[in-house]
Amino acid sequence: MIYREAGDFKTTYRADAQTFPIKLDRVGYYGLLLVAIFVIPFVINDYWANAILVPFLIYGIAAIGLNILTGYCGQVSLGTGGFMAVGAYACYKLMTSFPDVSILVHVILAGVVTAGVGVLFGLPSLRIKGFYLAVATLAAQFFLVWLFNKVPWFYNYSASGMINSPERTVFGYAVTGPNASAAAQYLVCLFFVILLALVARNLTRGAFGRKWMAIRDMDIAAEIIGVNPLKAKLSAFAVSSFFIGVAGALFFAVYLGAVEVGEAFGITKSFLVLFMVIIGGLGSIFGSFAGAAFLVVLPVVLKVIGADWLGWPDDVVAHLQLIIVGALIMGFLIMEPHGLAQLWRLTKEKLRLWPFPH
Amino acid sequence: MPEQLLFAAEVTLNGLMAGVLYALVALGFVLIYKASGIFNYAQGVMALFAALTLVGIMEGQVPFAHLINITFGTEIHHFGWHVPAFLAIVLTVGVMVVFAWCVNHFVMRHLINQEPIILFMATIGLAYFLEGVGDLMWGSDIKRLDVGLPQGINEVIDQVTFDAFGYGFFIDNLDMVATVIAVILVAGLVIFSQYTKQGRALRAVADDHQAALSVGISLNYIWVLVWSIAGFVALVAGIMWGAKSGVQFSLSLIALKALPVLLIGGFTSIPGAIIGGLIIGVGEKLFEFAIGPMIGGATENWFAYVLALIFLVIRPQGLFGEKIIERV
Repeated sequence: MIYREAGDFKTTYRADAQTFPIKLDRVGYYGLLLVAIFVIPFVINDYWANAILVPFLIYGIAAIGLNILTGYCGQVSLGTGGFMAVGAYACYKLMTSFPDVSILVHVILAGVVTAGVGVLFGLPSLRIKGFYLAVATLAAQFFLVWLFNKVPWFYNYSASGMINSPERTVFGYAVTGPNASAAAQYLVCLFFVILLALVARNLTRGAFGRKWMAIRDMDIAAEIIGVNPLKAKLSAFAVSSFFIGVAGALFFAVYLGAVEVGEAFGITKSFLVLFMVIIGGLGSIFGSFAGAAFLVVLPVVLKVIGADWLGWPDDVVAHLQLIIVGALIMGFLIMEPHGLAQLWRLTKEKLRLWPFPH
Repeated sequence: MPEQLLFAAEVTLNGLMAGVLYALVALGFVLIYKASGIFNYAQGVMALFAALTLVGIMEGQVPFAHLINITFGTEIHHFGWHVPAFLAIVLTVGVMVVFAWCVNHFVMRHLINQEPIILFMATIGLAYFLEGVGDLMWGSDIKRLDVGLPQGINEVIDQVTFDAFGYGFFIDNLDMVATVIAVILVAGLVIFSQYTKQGRALRAVADDHQAALSVGISLNYIWVLVWSIAGFVALVAGIMWGAKSGVQFSLSLIALKALPVLLIGGFTSIPGAIIGGLIIGVGEKLFEFAIGPMIGGATENWFAYVLALIFLVIRPQGLFGEKIIERV
């Protein structure tokens, strides 16, 4: 009864074009933001930050990035892990070369560097499509990981071949390094999530987003009605890589603190983010977050149930986890190929009609 | 002959042999892609699963022993018998057929008419599922697979080349056996698809699903058949790789090696898979031999992909793939 647009009159164009046209959505969104900014940082502890909230926020950014490329522009990419590695190593080099500049600036710059690399590896997309492109992006994945492993300049010639994030502060609070508090890490990630989600939302419903979607739906037709495929595809690669680069930088600097490239940014990471996008829903910002939340929370829940409650050994839990994740993915695809976002849309549709069936 | 040239020749020969093994995995991909338009990422894990099952049956392991033991507090591991290799292979083929039926019945049948990317994702889900099942069923430790294939250096070639050039070539017996088996397998597949009723039905489905349905070919049957054949090819690949480097998780990663092979050869061509495999095998070994030491080595991880990328920019549908014609 309360969730409906009837009676909610818009008197300006601005009001008509807003992101959340339904009042309850708007209230819910601002309410969520208030809780996320003003309540959670005070109640958060290390376990919740490390196991769920910080990875959720970071994967959320990465999933939005991949969703822009795959969901909105229709270019399937399996190079997400490699691009996250670019963000991480760019951030590391910037942090160690310019210690006086704020970490926030470094993270953004790392995103810009990744965008450049993304455009470079996006160039073949002008020639090849579909699965051929998907496999071609694997070239980026393997080549970049190899590069960061083999060229000592990238990890400042450290003996272990790992990169460690030095301590950096924002407003006097440490956000990276071992002394960073859970709340500070969380807030930094939240800042980027809110900022980038806003950017993504507005990009995808503006001229850029429409061009991407036209290319996704049929690139030849899009070209004929005047969309430049070169600009559209490469801009999608650039924006997507920017998001993924920021996610990679945060993943390394804020979340992990120390990174070995093959382990942290391997091919499994690419698939993980792709799963998030597919399970969440292609072409949906909400879906990116839903998918990220689902795949971050699921292993934690399975581990708690299997290892802590039932007392099974770790390896059995790990294998069962593989089985359950695999089965869930197949089940999801069979039942709802458009992901959690579609379920949410259907729920909203039902809510608007409630209590009437039609 | 100068020594460097001899080394290069030996590396090339070994590359050809490795290429045959890549081609074996790529074959499984091509078969399923041609018949159902599904890009089956699970092919590598199928090879792993088939090899695990084979070892498990041969050693008489109890399936899910670990799970049974922790649930009921028992201590069982083996049935206590050893199955001869040939019988075990037949049984494993049976398991792969059952698996093919399950895949079609529970997953793929429900995904007809979905977009290719959705089908692709489903096979990644399948890969995770199968990996978990395989590990849980047979345990995740590294196993030795010995079905009686010859291994080690081939003395004859070593001797002959030593007499001819003064330098003995190192060629592994196993690689040679693999090459022979691959040739037989490909020949068998070609004969099967050209001259048998099922083979023709399979080609008809590959050509056009709707037209095949309208002349009375059962899609369900063909798909089970195709997945079974892919399972069989996976078993052969699993035996070869398993005998070479043990049955372990890394076996499933050969799927990633087969992808650039497909890019070069084209997704729809069986000869393409063979030639693509040979090009990649020779290319990456020679590159590692000639350029690798200069740039830090371990180039085998990415060289195949970069080579495929270059090929693609010139020929977007691969060497032998069907030309993509698009209409608006």
